[in-house]
Amino acid sequence: MASVALSEAEKVYIVHGVQEDLRVDGRGCEDYRCVQVETDVVSNTSGSARVRLGHTDILVGVKAEMGTPKLEKPNEGYLEFFVDCSASATPEFEGRGGDDLGTEIANTLYRIFNNKSSIDLKSLCISPREHCWALYVDVLLLECGGNLFDAISIAVKAALFNTRIPRVRVLEDEEGLKDIELSDDPYDCIQLSVENVPCIVTLCKIGYRHVVDATLQEEACSLASLLVSVTSKGVVTCVRKVGKGSLDPESIFEMLETGKRVGKVLHTSLQSILHKEESLGPKRQKVGFLG
Amino acid sequence: MAGLELLSDQGYRVDGRRAGELRKIQARMGVFAQADGSAYIEQGNTKALAVVYGPHEIRGSRARALPDRALVNCQYSSATFSTGERKRRPHGDRKSCEMGLQLRQTFEAAILTQLHPRSQIDIYVQVLQADGGTYAACVNAATLAVLDAGIPMRDFVCACSAGFVDGTALADLSHVEEAAGGPQLALALLPASGQIALLEMDARLHEDHLEQVLEAAARAARDAHTVLDRVVRQHVQEASVLLGD
Repeated sequence: MASVALSEAEKVYIVHGVQEDLRVDGRGCEDYRCVQVETDVVSNTSGSARVRLGHTDILVGVKAEMGTPKLEKPNEGYLEFFVDCSASATPEFEGRGGDDLGTEIANTLYRIFNNKSSIDLKSLCISPREHCWALYVDVLLLECGGNLFDAISIAVKAALFNTRIPRVRVLEDEEGLKDIELSDDPYDCIQLSVENVPCIVTLCKIGYRHVVDATLQEEACSLASLLVSVTSKGVVTCVRKVGKGSLDPESIFEMLETGKRVGKVLHTSLQSILHKEESLGPKRQKVGFLG
Repeated sequence: MAGLELLSDQGYRVDGRRAGELRKIQARMGVFAQADGSAYIEQGNTKALAVVYGPHEIRGSRARALPDRALVNCQYSSATFSTGERKRRPHGDRKSCEMGLQLRQTFEAAILTQLHPRSQIDIYVQVLQADGGTYAACVNAATLAVLDAGIPMRDFVCACSAGFVDGTALADLSHVEEAAGGPQLALALLPASGQIALLEMDARLHEDHLEQVLEAAARAARDAHTVLDRVVRQHVQEASVLLGD
């Protein structure tokens, strides 16, 4: 991951500040940086979103394609995740340098969506065992400013909210041959319900306390972090410890409670922003990277 | 695409432009704070991002360092969702490698590499949405990014694509026009001197028509230069206002 070189004095300064609930930029331990979310940034996709969290910049594009259902789940569609760590984040990601981090993030995304309630996969089925919608969620990491997992999960949720899948009908004629018919109206689409899509909250252990939304400098001071995947109702879908240090079982429980609390607030704000943006309608001014 | 008229009798193209008309160009410099230089450009529906790191010490083997000039390293990557059909690999395939080499050739001609011996300049270009003219958009974005990084260049490098249909040269091809299969010319120009940094053409074109197509591409590249020049001046003005001048 992109890292920053910190001297011992700077590390001590950050650690001491965190013990007093005061971080370098003035935030408290449970405060997020300013998050900017915009959907419908790329037009070649079924849905897209761009998230800026401090210096972290993520672009997610969702493409819906027709596929065959998996053998063990014949009545459901499926999601495929792919994460591309672009060299624009840091020159170390050039060529295949970003593949390790990309695979790690993609595997985490598979894990947090690996339950029955996150996305209603049955609504993606067109005809059982034959046709279904496959949603390819492609994440592009453009700039790395700490707290990648949170930003990526917010962007994935926003992009899935923005996804519009064309409505199709299966017509069966006398010989039993099936034909798939696309609706004539290009705006006749189905929208996915993202009520239960989880978001990741990363808690970094610094000294005796833990912080939410760590910057690159704070991540350099932290030896261990806990990734908690939380839905809007406070249900935890996945917990993962990352980092080379070790965590006390007591602190894991504390971090889980913080993660649930912070996650619920994050979800309410995100939902309200997404609905507000959608209510502006198709005439809203799209800013993208130009603003 | 049989039956699709690329140039109508009244002289209008598929998207309503005239033969020599460019698509709308909007650009912004300094998109990312952590990179040395960055820029974003929208040329019609084609969107490209360029990020520059450098000049810095050579990464990897020191043996690659050149004793009298800087090494220019380019990577071209297009997002998996950039094209109509989903791409499986963003970079590493043959076309991306070739584009990277072409970008490197283009910028080695323009950057004053003698000023930074034994160093490396990295130019990373990312295509977010591809609607024809990706090479041209990448070169234009990379020029702005190199300027944003403060790396001295001989001149702007402005690029444009051109094609040939029904005896008329078309400038700045969109994806529909590229997919129709006619001859396509990509041209990178240093506008002040009129020197060509890169010229590439595939498909067959009679040599009598070459001059006309080349002229159309050069004129379009100069038009692009006018827009990019304005973007740079505005960016410098905004920066100097912030500095309190």
